[in-house]
Amino acid sequence: MTTPVQMMAQHPALHEWLRAKKSFPHLWCPGCGIGTIMGAATRALTSMQYSKDEVVVISGIGCTGRIPAYLDCNTLHTTHGRALTFATGVKFSRPKLKVLVFMGDGDGLAIGGNHFIHTCRRNIDITAVIVNNYIYGMTGGQASPTLPEGMKASTAPYGSMEPPFDACNLAIAAGATFVARSTVYHMKEMEKLIQKGMEHKGFSVIEIVAQCPTSFGRMNKLGNPIDMLEYQKTHAIKYYPGMDIEAAKAEGKDIITGVLKDENTKMEYCEKYDELIIKKALASEKEKTK
Amino acid sequence: MTKSNSEREEVLLGNDAVAFGALAAGVDFFAGYPITPSSEIAELLSREMPKRRGKFIQMEDEIASLGAVIGASLAGAKAMTATSGPGFSLMQEHIGFAAIAEVPCVIINVMRGGPSTGLPTESSQADIMQAKYGSHGDYPSIALMPDSVLESYLFTVKAFNLSEKYRTPVFVLTDEILGHMRENVILPPVEELEIINRQEPTVPAEWYHPFEQTTTGIAPMASFGHGYRFHVTGLTHDINGFPTSIPAEIDALMNKLKNKVLYNTKDLTMVEEYQMEDAEVCILAVGSVGRSARRAVKILRHQGIKAGMLRPQIIWPFPKQPVEKMLKQVEYVLVPEMNVGQVRKEVERLADGRDRIEGLNVMNSVMITAEDIVKKILNAEVPVD
Ligand SMILES: Cc1ncc(C[n+]2csc(CCOP(=O)(O)OP(=O)(O)O)c2C)c(N)n1
Ligand code: SF4
Repeated sequence: MTTPVQMMAQHPALHEWLRAKKSFPHLWCPGCGIGTIMGAATRALTSMQYSKDEVVVISGIGCTGRIPAYLDCNTLHTTHGRALTFATGVKFSRPKLKVLVFMGDGDGLAIGGNHFIHTCRRNIDITAVIVNNYIYGMTGGQASPTLPEGMKASTAPYGSMEPPFDACNLAIAAGATFVARSTVYHMKEMEKLIQKGMEHKGFSVIEIVAQCPTSFGRMNKLGNPIDMLEYQKTHAIKYYPGMDIEAAKAEGKDIITGVLKDENTKMEYCEKYDELIIKKALASEKEKTK
Repeated sequence: MTKSNSEREEVLLGNDAVAFGALAAGVDFFAGYPITPSSEIAELLSREMPKRRGKFIQMEDEIASLGAVIGASLAGAKAMTATSGPGFSLMQEHIGFAAIAEVPCVIINVMRGGPSTGLPTESSQADIMQAKYGSHGDYPSIALMPDSVLESYLFTVKAFNLSEKYRTPVFVLTDEILGHMRENVILPPVEELEIINRQEPTVPAEWYHPFEQTTTGIAPMASFGHGYRFHVTGLTHDINGFPTSIPAEIDALMNKLKNKVLYNTKDLTMVEEYQMEDAEVCILAVGSVGRSARRAVKILRHQGIKAGMLRPQIIWPFPKQPVEKMLKQVEYVLVPEMNVGQVRKEVERLADGRDRIEGLNVMNSVMITAEDIVKKILNAEVPVD
């Protein structure tokens, strides 16, 4: 296994992407999964050789929402749940920019749920990474819409009674054209999936199951961060077309990873606007002057 | 009136005038959500903007609309949205964001009766205070109130100019009556309009501090993608945009926001003084009520009462200096408005109990007429010499 230090050596460009002097040390707890996700996303950005000037990293509010401040590109930390609306404005007004969004599960699926499904529906070329730690990390571990039934949170002391959302199923149903899932444990896969998502033309959603040892882990007695990573390792199963997901879940493989949807037939929003709307509008103008 | 060739005379709807004003100002981006009585603005722009390669998008709600507008503005666009009461309420979260992150944007509120769904198709002026204090926290507010179709056009242009100049959200408060009124207007040639664009930084990227306190109080603003990579957040931040909780840095930020308006009161004062030279009675009216007030002045003058009208065209910041001058001059002030007395309270604050100030308040959507105002003033038994 490669260590983080070796990995850094393999990616000298990575350092350039961090605002090492300006915004570190970071605020995440020891053992938190978010830093690993930021690392994977940054490696994906460097592998694609994007220039730092053309990338815009946008987030909502939460522990996850703090990612952009650490990255040396155009960065925007918005309001709780609404990162995708700002992202839509940035991308639609200047389609050349590459837009990467980070959202927490509460951020993206509770308060931002409506923005999420509508961004899926529009298929605008934005990549959204949903960091799913099953709770509201920043505010102290309250229940989020992905909290599994029976699991505890600071506002669900007797265990949750609500059925959770499956972020990927929601994205697929709402029309996102690239949907994938990975975990913090599967660092390499996660990096590849974020890269695929960014290379995909259209709205891509990558859910990353992440450990929050401080709240979710502690309240549900899931052990230390290593134990939580071990859980991600042993409970994950890679998706393949035709897979019997229910059967896998019954066997305890409840984290279905890999690419769940990759569709390239639907036109991207900004291109469609240029192709359809602007062309028709210009034609109507010509018609008038005839 | 004689017209030059490029002046355009036409019969225009108030809401359409706002949309044409935005186009004249160079709007690049519109995001909105349908709501009566503002929808004509979005409809016209959805038709016209693509012809200029502008971007029009209908979002899933008003919070999303203003989010997209702010994103577009950060990417360099002149961006706007238009709404009415319930939508304006939803926008408050992002109004605060635009204020603290100093992102230019224009927000049109075609006021209707409230609270809540209220009177969707009828007029009011009940969102004046909301335009000042609607979002949480202390932030500067700039709001314009036109009284005619022509002013709806001109003030929309002005709103863009002020928002680009001061890096802050700017409101145009019209109302249902104004938005749905058609008037014959002569629009000035577009080339003759003053258009202000935001100042972009010229220094090397390492020297750029996007939120620094400059001599003008407003730092140049780089667009995303222009080589100045900086951080934008709704958190209290330092001059580079990074979150801070150091009291001295918080003070610097908060004072900068406050002083943007305070130090520029002269530039941000715009009033109409009608027959005020020798006035002993003043009708202080805003927005569409100004029309009735002007006619009331004529009627009262005819009856020998020296009446005048003072009409703040920029309502926020409140025009302290002209109002204080007026208070020193007149015996009696009437503030007719289509709300419970929002503007009157501001006038009373400046008068500090020294003057006789009364309100004429209508909250049932029926426009205040000149006759209503005249009757109120005659009944007030104003001393006439
Ligand atoms: C409108 C609004 N409501 C509530 C909050 C308080 N708040 C801050 S972060 C957060 C939840 C964060 O949880 P999640 O999105 O799952 O992200 P995480 O911290 O777990 O990464 C909440 C509720 C807020 N900032 N804004
Ligand atoms: S509270 Fe949880 S999610 Fe937030 S930084 Fe700590 S471990 Fe990470």
